[in-house]
Amino acid sequence: MAIDSLVLGAGQQVGKSCVVVSMNGKRIMFDCGMDMAYHDHRRYPDFSRISHSGDFDSALTCIVITHFHLDHIGALPYFTEVCGYSGPIYMTYPTKALAPLMLEDYRKVMVERRGEEEQFTSEHIVECMKKVIAVDLKQTVHVDKDLQIRAYYAGHVLGAAMFYAKVGDTAMVYTGDYNMTPDRHLGAAQIDRLQLDLLISESTYATTIRDSKYGREREFLKAVHKCVAGGGKVLIPTFALGRAQELCILLEDYWERMNLKIPIYFSSGLTMQANMYYKMLISWTSQKVKETYSTHNAFDFKHVLNFDRSMIAAPGPCVLFATPGWLSGGFSLEVFKQWAPSEMNLVTLPGYCAAGTIGHKLMSGKPTKIDLDKNTQLDVRCQIHQLSFSPHTDAKGIMDLVKFLSPKHVILVHGEKPKMATLKGRINSELGIPCDDPANNETVSISSTHYVKARASDTFIQSSLNPNFKFSKRISEDESGSWLKDRKFMPQLQVTDKRTAEGILIEEKNKKAKILHQDELLLMLGEKKHEVRFAYCCPINVSNLEETKSTSDNVLCTSDRCSWLQLLNNKLSGEISGGNIQDFGEHLQVESFDISVCLNDKCRYRIIDSQNKSEAVFFCCTWSVADEKLAWKIISIMENFDCESH
Amino acid sequence: MGMLGLPFLTRMKGFSAKIYVTEVTARLGQLMMEELVSMHMEFRQFYGPEGSSFPQWMSWEELELLPSALREVVLGKDGTELGAWVPLYSAADVTDCTQKFQTLRYAEETCYNGTLMIKAFSSGLEIGTCNWTINGPKRDVAFISNSIFLPAHAMKFDYRSLQSNDIVLYSDFSSLDAMENVEDDDGFSIPTTDSMSTLSTDNNNNNWEESVESLLYTDENLEEQEKLSYLCYCAIDSLKVGGSVLIPINRLGTLLQLLEQISASLESSTLKVPIYVISSIAEELLAYTNVIPEWLCKERQEKLFSGEPLFSHVELIKDKKLHVFPAVHSPKLLTNWQEPCIVFAPHWSLRLGPVVHFLRCWCGDPNSLLVLESRLDAELALLPFKPMAMKVLQCSFLSGIKLQKVQPLLKILQPKIVLLPEDLRQQTRFTNANSFSVIHYSENASIRIPSLKDSSELEIATDLALRFQWRNLKHENMNVTRLKGELSVYHGKQRLLSGSEQAKSSKIRPLLHWGSPDLEKLLNILSNIGINGSVEQCMGNVESEKACIVHVHEPKKALIEVGTSTIISAGDENLASKIFEAIDKVLEGI
Ligand SMILES: [Zn+2]
Ligand SMILES: [Zn+2]
Ligand SMILES: [Zn+2]
Repeated sequence: MAIDSLVLGAGQQVGKSCVVVSMNGKRIMFDCGMDMAYHDHRRYPDFSRISHSGDFDSALTCIVITHFHLDHIGALPYFTEVCGYSGPIYMTYPTKALAPLMLEDYRKVMVERRGEEEQFTSEHIVECMKKVIAVDLKQTVHVDKDLQIRAYYAGHVLGAAMFYAKVGDTAMVYTGDYNMTPDRHLGAAQIDRLQLDLLISESTYATTIRDSKYGREREFLKAVHKCVAGGGKVLIPTFALGRAQELCILLEDYWERMNLKIPIYFSSGLTMQANMYYKMLISWTSQKVKETYSTHNAFDFKHVLNFDRSMIAAPGPCVLFATPGWLSGGFSLEVFKQWAPSEMNLVTLPGYCAAGTIGHKLMSGKPTKIDLDKNTQLDVRCQIHQLSFSPHTDAKGIMDLVKFLSPKHVILVHGEKPKMATLKGRINSELGIPCDDPANNETVSISSTHYVKARASDTFIQSSLNPNFKFSKRISEDESGSWLKDRKFMPQLQVTDKRTAEGILIEEKNKKAKILHQDELLLMLGEKKHEVRFAYCCPINVSNLEETKSTSDNVLCTSDRCSWLQLLNNKLSGEISGGNIQDFGEHLQVESFDISVCLNDKCRYRIIDSQNKSEAVFFCCTWSVADEKLAWKIISIMENFDCESH
Repeated sequence: MGMLGLPFLTRMKGFSAKIYVTEVTARLGQLMMEELVSMHMEFRQFYGPEGSSFPQWMSWEELELLPSALREVVLGKDGTELGAWVPLYSAADVTDCTQKFQTLRYAEETCYNGTLMIKAFSSGLEIGTCNWTINGPKRDVAFISNSIFLPAHAMKFDYRSLQSNDIVLYSDFSSLDAMENVEDDDGFSIPTTDSMSTLSTDNNNNNWEESVESLLYTDENLEEQEKLSYLCYCAIDSLKVGGSVLIPINRLGTLLQLLEQISASLESSTLKVPIYVISSIAEELLAYTNVIPEWLCKERQEKLFSGEPLFSHVELIKDKKLHVFPAVHSPKLLTNWQEPCIVFAPHWSLRLGPVVHFLRCWCGDPNSLLVLESRLDAELALLPFKPMAMKVLQCSFLSGIKLQKVQPLLKILQPKIVLLPEDLRQQTRFTNANSFSVIHYSENASIRIPSLKDSSELEIATDLALRFQWRNLKHENMNVTRLKGELSVYHGKQRLLSGSEQAKSSKIRPLLHWGSPDLEKLLNILSNIGINGSVEQCMGNVESEKACIVHVHEPKKALIEVGTSTIISAGDENLASKIFEAIDKVLEGI
């Protein structure tokens, strides 16, 4: 059995995440993203690789979406409404609630900015979302009889989840984007210790080790505060969701603490509607934000006011959140044109802006003049602050997660090729886990776990659960110096519990395999046990024994028989390690090996004629086949006893 | 509400168990326990003894002095009367209790002790209420408590997830209450045998399940809706003539729905009347219900997806139509107060909480209306407020599975054994068509449930399975192999793993033999490998004990005793081992 992972996007790059995993006859598409750097067919994953005929419903068991970012969901309406996939789609409640806003926002920008032909319509988005089944965290969802999926908290953005999928005995996790450290509005990723064959992880920061996000947040707040304190205006171009709420929570909190009265505005595109969603989904935020919902919901922004166009030229400091992000057009660009020429003002930009946008131009170097179009040039004198905090885990976080889950195999996606190669090497060498970083449209094939099923009898289970203590003596002489007074060995007993399950597996035609305890087998067959044992009557030179005996003064046993056994016991304890010698007075026992002094001169088991019978004492030994090796070892010790002591 | 007694248990000395509970039930339960404690505190401030101690009589010191017969009169047999009275738990007891919670979401798997998988599935009764399944290697049990198929606020009864459990423990007692109210009504009996048996004839047909399901979803929702409308109608009637309406808070779901219904009725009646919710936990309770969309019914979840508040009380509060105060004496309440009005307040027993205050005010007003749950003994509840001029409306809302739905439900669940309360024995006459057996249980009596499996499922790791050395048993036509590994129990699954001890030798000798050896055959096999000897017959006392000895003299001296058991005696390992192999061939073994 194998797991095949076909990487349709985010292979050695960031953008259009899409991995199709086949395991045990099920086929799951994880994420269905778009690449915003392209405007042709390359923006979407190459869906034809899933099914040439275009019958996606029979080619895929389900789609799982990790979060509402466009590089993870952007191609979904296209895939369902244009390509015609109509099977089940799973995502978390917040993702289902927020994704349509995100998609609609993007659709508008594309149509507005580029006058582009629509890839999908508003109706497409609505129809697409109707196919979505919302899931809660940790809820085990049975997609069908054989496939189970489960979402785990991933941090990153509201509603982001890692997904666990299991078919039969084969299991895997696809992380999507995640963050291993909590920030002000979201918690850290959380997952159970699972038994996994495969982990597919993002690797945006494959080689970066970052300090805490708090520091970077402080930098942003300081920059904003400095600007408004100097009477300047702050423009924060954002999309409707995610970053806008995150930054606004930061500002609200800061305004409260610093007792600032300067207005914070939301442009009309950023409706309070989005905040409404966040308010209802507050249980998906960080612990701190969650705790205060009843007295004050953190997304009930107290300082935030609505902005209208007439206020652009109004005097005085303010902070304005305006759509769309990246200054790609629309209202945010309109405001930028007005505010950019003043060095008092500030514009904040995210770490990533799509190529071709004003935001992208501003970030490449520090231009003082920007070409808006062929005829217009704009003086840019305002300050520009780049938001350096990003809700992705760093290299340490990825390593920690891989180590914690200890999957049998790792695949890295969603990162930059050279950095991924470095991380791949580390996972391989430091954790000893095979790792791949396939490029787009490559398939990685790994083997999967499979168990053979059988029915086990109670007696077998019981016997397997019985503790099986092994005693091993570590003999050390008593170091207290009383050697003469009490020549005793102080055995230090080491106890280990080596539970082994031993039983018998039976296969009968047309019946499920069954496991029995050994004793049950004969009962089932109606047969009697026929014991097969070995026996050997072993001679030991008696003169040597007597000699040794006289020097030992601590023999408690009075009869000769006992004392000889005692001597033999001492001898054997020294020679065989691991075996536990049990002394029953009349006989000794090691596992099934039994020794007793033989006084029967006509004993059948005296197979070998001893040269000097008169000086020999015979020890009768018997054992069963399980201890064959041990038995012959002991016998050879006994037979060599006399030679050694001279 | 099934949780309010919990601190009594958890505060007992030595209690250390984990308590599994859904996230929402944990939160709501904690709020309700805290409210109870605070109302009780307030009550004691007014009427109780000074200081923080509970009344002297509760320690029963004087009782010890009484003769035993008298003591029994006071305490009741087995202490079930006054003897069972204990002081209410404290806020600290509540905190202690909630710290033992292990919270779960619906369909979240949790594992107890490696062997039991525990899951909660929505029961539909209230937000966060659940039924449980417990799955172990040997038993699968589904526990069903009061459940509602199509509730108007909470997530619906997820009975499909309770399918394929061997045992169903049914403990929805709500139909018993319903019975008392409609005595002599035969309408509650199980649907006729004919319709059920015709349904069950084509079992493999999916239509069968569908038609049974349609039976479960009969319009109980509509019925509930009508009750609410009637209640609103009565409330508006009272308000129109200048009376106020007092509604003791009982179930959360009823409160949430009434808030919506009554405000809508007010809207359409053009009456400008304020609604007050007066409870120490109301603010948090109402805020909380609006941030748990994952726990609500489909219709409410749709509101999330379209960006509307989950419950209309959010808007009502914003529009100042609904006012929420922690207590009667809240300063803001005094300035805001306006009559006539509608008041929701605890406690439904009418002995505790703000409701007592309002009842005192309005019990003499014939225009005012009090709404009570009919399960309550109204006579007793209203005794301190007599004479009552106030109108009283008693109504009951659905609080569980209706009796006629029990059988269809069990048909869908397909258990092997159903455990039903003894009290339901009369009401549920099952047809013979059932595939399950029924066992009745009653209070304080334990019953033994027959074991359904004598074996359990075990999974064997592939690498271990690949090392098997199969032997074919001649007469039974079966293959057997010895198996050795490490048994691990992981998430309720038993697995046999190859363990640390790898199989060292490829030659595994059979350890267990049976059958009786054929002496001639043995000698043949021995001579084929160059071992020769002579046979000495030894007669035992009984024929069956007949044994003989083979004296081997080639290649070396050795001896084989063959009888009901075999003993091999040889002077060196190699020879002994060869003889053993020969013996193995004339016996059966593993
Ligand atoms: Zn993302
Ligand atoms: Zn991403
Ligand atoms: Zn002997």
